[in-house]
Amino acid sequence: MIDPLAPFVEFGFMRRALAGCLALSVSAPPVGVFLMLRRMSLMSDAMSHAVLPGAAAGFLVAGLSLPAMTLGGLVAGLVVALLAGAVTRTTVLREDASLAAFYLISLAGGVLLVSLRGSQVDLMHFLFGSVLALDDPTLALLGGIATVTPVALALIYRPLVMECVDPVFLRSVSRVGGPVHFTFLGLVVINLVGGFQALGTLLAVGLMLLPAVAARFWARDLGMTMAAAVLIAALASVVGLSLSYQFDLPSGPAIVLTAGAFYLASMLAGPQGGLLRRLVRSRHLEA
Amino acid sequence: MSDPRPIRLHGLTLGYDRHPAVHHLDGIIHPGDLLALAGPNGAGKSTLLKGLTGEIPVLDGRIEVGGDIAYLPQADAIDRSFPLSVMDLAAMGLWRRLGPWRGLRRTEPAIRAALATVGLSGFEARPIGTLSGGQFRRALFARLILQDCRTILLDEPFTAIDARTTEDLLGLVRAWHGEGRTVVAALHDFGQIRAHFPKTILLAREPVAWGPTAQVLTADNLARARLLSEAWDEEAGICDGARHAGPSPLDGLVSAPAPAHRHSHGHPHHHDHEDAA
Repeated sequence: MIDPLAPFVEFGFMRRALAGCLALSVSAPPVGVFLMLRRMSLMSDAMSHAVLPGAAAGFLVAGLSLPAMTLGGLVAGLVVALLAGAVTRTTVLREDASLAAFYLISLAGGVLLVSLRGSQVDLMHFLFGSVLALDDPTLALLGGIATVTPVALALIYRPLVMECVDPVFLRSVSRVGGPVHFTFLGLVVINLVGGFQALGTLLAVGLMLLPAVAARFWARDLGMTMAAAVLIAALASVVGLSLSYQFDLPSGPAIVLTAGAFYLASMLAGPQGGLLRRLVRSRHLEA
Repeated sequence: MSDPRPIRLHGLTLGYDRHPAVHHLDGIIHPGDLLALAGPNGAGKSTLLKGLTGEIPVLDGRIEVGGDIAYLPQADAIDRSFPLSVMDLAAMGLWRRLGPWRGLRRTEPAIRAALATVGLSGFEARPIGTLSGGQFRRALFARLILQDCRTILLDEPFTAIDARTTEDLLGLVRAWHGEGRTVVAALHDFGQIRAHFPKTILLAREPVAWGPTAQVLTADNLARARLLSEAWDEEAGICDGARHAGPSPLDGLVSAPAPAHRHSHGHPHHHDHEDAA
């Protein structure tokens, strides 16, 4: 009988990986829930790719230095978010097209930048993270993000919800809409940068969006959806890390695939609009 | 609520992309007015309401607004798939009082009372996506009640709503009128306007008439409104052309009713504009 928790008891690096992923599970999924509800899932994808050249530029300048790569990633992520918005407003391109363009450029540019100086190993670290080698500063960064995000989200919660539901109404009673939107974009970027440290740029969005999308099938109201998303992300972290240890799989993909499996299961069996519920027609009520 | 002040419109021109949709409108909306906005589709009713709320910029002229304005847009701007309860939707009306952080608990009785007033008692916890069209409109009226503004603007509030809901909501509008609030509503149903609204603005991009409803909704005025709105496309070129010519002394000319002059210049300008676009 395999004890799924044994590797965490036995190995320090597994405990660190778990701590990092759990921190990310607290902060990223609630942001993902809002991304999904605002129909901005693709935006987060583009921003995560934009983190790559930024972090790579930091890497070129300072080597594998956490502050340099974090700062580079933050700046690049925000720039792409703002640029994509500006292109949408000033040209004929719709937002999805301009985002797709930006993230293809970012991805290619990032890979090129890393290859200029780094090795194959560095490239793999950038694309898929190195959750099994989280050092103290990185853990502190993840913990900081997990602290800042829920607090900031609580502070902007009411106007953010209003902006999602009825932006016209919010504009008619208040001017906070713009600042709230940019604060939210800022939260998306810091979570992607945090996710990048653990899971790499390609998978950072995974722990943000997959639990959020899965949670939609379990809960009806917003608070419960966010709670469910956090729970699913935490479960995916534990199960994914454990599986990656038992079967000697790369851990980033294992975590994201586990989250993906939760999503598929939720889509099938979830009580709120899951597929099975639709197939099995339940008897209707009297009134 | 602030002191009752009139809303004054001075040569107000509103529009999109420089095309005027409301053209040189002058007048005063007095405090306590119960005013209907009538006119064919595209006459500028919604545009005028959006201009009054500041949703769209003024192209020319100006508005003197007195105090807070509550605004009910045509409902389709709202994302009804968002997981939000009826209670929370209505509570948005309290934003000016509560801001982003103050708690809702003490205002809960007020929210329940507003929902009861619109006939939605028992719907507090329902997600907004499960409401029927009429119920949803009632919830939006509850939000208007909670906004507690001196001036209330309604954009086609009774469109696609059944007779009973319309009757209930009209009762609410009359109650607002009784409390001395200013209500301006864009409406299509002339019978409804004649029965419930003492004053009317008849718009066809340009103001056709403004005053007591019986004197505004005459056969003559309605026919004129229809004519004006049908002439719209041809006239578009002229005024736009005048504007392209500069911040113009022509403005006075354009607003003067000189149909022959307009027609003689309509076509070339129109084509110019098409090329530019």
